[in-house]
Amino acid sequence: MWEYTDKVKEHFLNPRNVGEVENPDGIAEVGSIACGDALKFSFKLDENKRIKEAKFKTFGCASAIASSSALTEMIKGMTLEEAAKVTNKDIAEYLGGLPDEKMHCSVMGQEALEKAIENYRGAPAKETGAKIVCECFGVTDREIERAIRENDLTTVEEVTNYTKAGGGCGNCKDAIQEIIDRVRAEAKPSGAPKLTNIQKIRKIEEALEKEIRPSLRHDGGDIELIDVIGNRVIVAVRGACASCKASDITLKHFVEAKLRDLVSPDLNIEEVAP
Amino acid sequence: MKTVYLDNNATTQVAPEVLEAMLPYFSELYGNPSSMHSFGGQVARKLREARGQVASLIGASPDEIIFTSCGTESDNAAIRSALATHPERRHIVTSRVEHPAIKSLGANLAGQGHRVTELAVEKNGLLDMEALVASLTPDTAVVSLMWANNETGVVFPVEKAAEIAHEKGILFHTDAVQAVGKMPIDMKKNAIDMLSFSGHKLHAPKGIGVLYVRKGTRFSPFLIGGHQEKGRRGGTENTPSIIGLGKACELAARHLETENTAVRNLRDKLETELLARIPRSRVNGDTKERLPNTTNISFEHVEGEGILLLMNEYNICASSGSACTSGSLQPSHVLRAMGVPFTMAHGSIRFSLSVYNTEAEIDFVIEKLPPIIERLRSMSPYWTSVAGSCATT
Repeated sequence: MWEYTDKVKEHFLNPRNVGEVENPDGIAEVGSIACGDALKFSFKLDENKRIKEAKFKTFGCASAIASSSALTEMIKGMTLEEAAKVTNKDIAEYLGGLPDEKMHCSVMGQEALEKAIENYRGAPAKETGAKIVCECFGVTDREIERAIRENDLTTVEEVTNYTKAGGGCGNCKDAIQEIIDRVRAEAKPSGAPKLTNIQKIRKIEEALEKEIRPSLRHDGGDIELIDVIGNRVIVAVRGACASCKASDITLKHFVEAKLRDLVSPDLNIEEVAP
Repeated sequence: MKTVYLDNNATTQVAPEVLEAMLPYFSELYGNPSSMHSFGGQVARKLREARGQVASLIGASPDEIIFTSCGTESDNAAIRSALATHPERRHIVTSRVEHPAIKSLGANLAGQGHRVTELAVEKNGLLDMEALVASLTPDTAVVSLMWANNETGVVFPVEKAAEIAHEKGILFHTDAVQAVGKMPIDMKKNAIDMLSFSGHKLHAPKGIGVLYVRKGTRFSPFLIGGHQEKGRRGGTENTPSIIGLGKACELAARHLETENTAVRNLRDKLETELLARIPRSRVNGDTKERLPNTTNISFEHVEGEGILLLMNEYNICASSGSACTSGSLQPSHVLRAMGVPFTMAHGSIRFSLSVYNTEAEIDFVIEKLPPIIERLRSMSPYWTSVAGSCATT
């Protein structure tokens, strides 16, 4: 049995604002029956452009119903600008927290609110250029990126808890990991305080060990850090790489690219003179 | 409020007679049955009696019974023994609707270089026997098919399947955790090589399981240790639980008739009344080839977790195959294998009865459930559209 807070239970047993607003100003539907939860959300504004009425209909677990109920209560009286700032975290906090595996219920509430506001403003209902990553639950890269950013997620399991992506067949787990890596790399402040030489060397060593050596070793090669002078990274190639004609290309396109991505965009790689 | 317990495929209450039989072996009769002194010897005598009671329930001989810690251990021991005694064979045949004790074990073995075929089931949850025949190869070490499904109660023709496997010289194992005690089983009349079951599904405590291994079947132990269970399962015997299981098997044999008359009637009443009172509901799984105590009913357009929690307000206990309750984000693998549509699979509830249920309890559920479904449907965005389309046609 799930450990629901009293507030979740209370909102599930006595949900507020069930139904559909008549002549709504904004309306949205998110989720699907195949996914196991879905939410139809609508709101109406008063003369001061504040949310006068918000209602929901939800198919899903107790926490999905409670999240929807909480959302409609939270946003009453807000302007759309204020409502647009409500995040899934706020919904979960309002309910005194949700089990990790149920965080996607709060994300569904936030999505519905956002789409209903877009619907009111006449903005495009679908994000353009978003790509489906999780086929089982129809989750896009945009949705995953956003959940990672807003909730500071670091693992695939967390992404699944928040977005459901990866919770079906699991084939997209590698793709999710790539998105996590990308978002977290971006999240590193680019104008960050300059790395000291020691920090830089440590980070290069770490990147070599974790990200680069495993790939090289797969082909029987290896790499050794000889020196770091300013932004010049001096390395020696070992094993199969030493006799490989393509090792220059590997160094530039793979090793240098990885180090620029993970450590600093200013790095240049050089092979130690034989 | 009294608990209405309709979740007996999950676990059962320990029968009062079973508890009574066990208690002395927790306190004054704590001897080790392997000891030379008569203080331990009296426990060994009681164990022999229990082994006889267990064997008798399934028409086995006592030395074909190995006590284990649970159904999962029995399943693991059986499959691993089949592979260990046939090291030249790497193929396992099972079904898509097995309990995780077999399903996850299969996935684990597949990762270690074995080949696993999971036979599909039909819409009613029954096996395609021709597919079974077609799946067998000279490389097949063992066929493992559950006797009765824990979620739907659907009964597989395992006795026939065992014969098919034997024609090709292949071992046959069955996970009979849900079947033993609910339907007559006589190992003298079939060719099944190994059979697993578990105490806590038939009113014995949790933590005791049985693996039946037919005399003459080569066996390689899973738990290696002392000479207990004739060297087939090391570890000091769980004497109170074995003695409790003996009593539970004796009771089960006595209750088998009740199980197939009174319990079946209550199950049928519950099912018929719910289907009649709740529109857009249906039974999952074949209703003929089925355990007498189980019904799996889907209520379209609602989610199982909500149903369970609202029933919980009345202390009614059941379970669901919905995604929300499974923790896996997808509805039950059994319902998916049967091709149950998503609109139905998410709203599936399993009721499983026991001889301890009363007609008053069943009437209580029949009274309380329809408004629960109605309430959740009134909240569901799908229900209005469906109801609307119905009104116009």
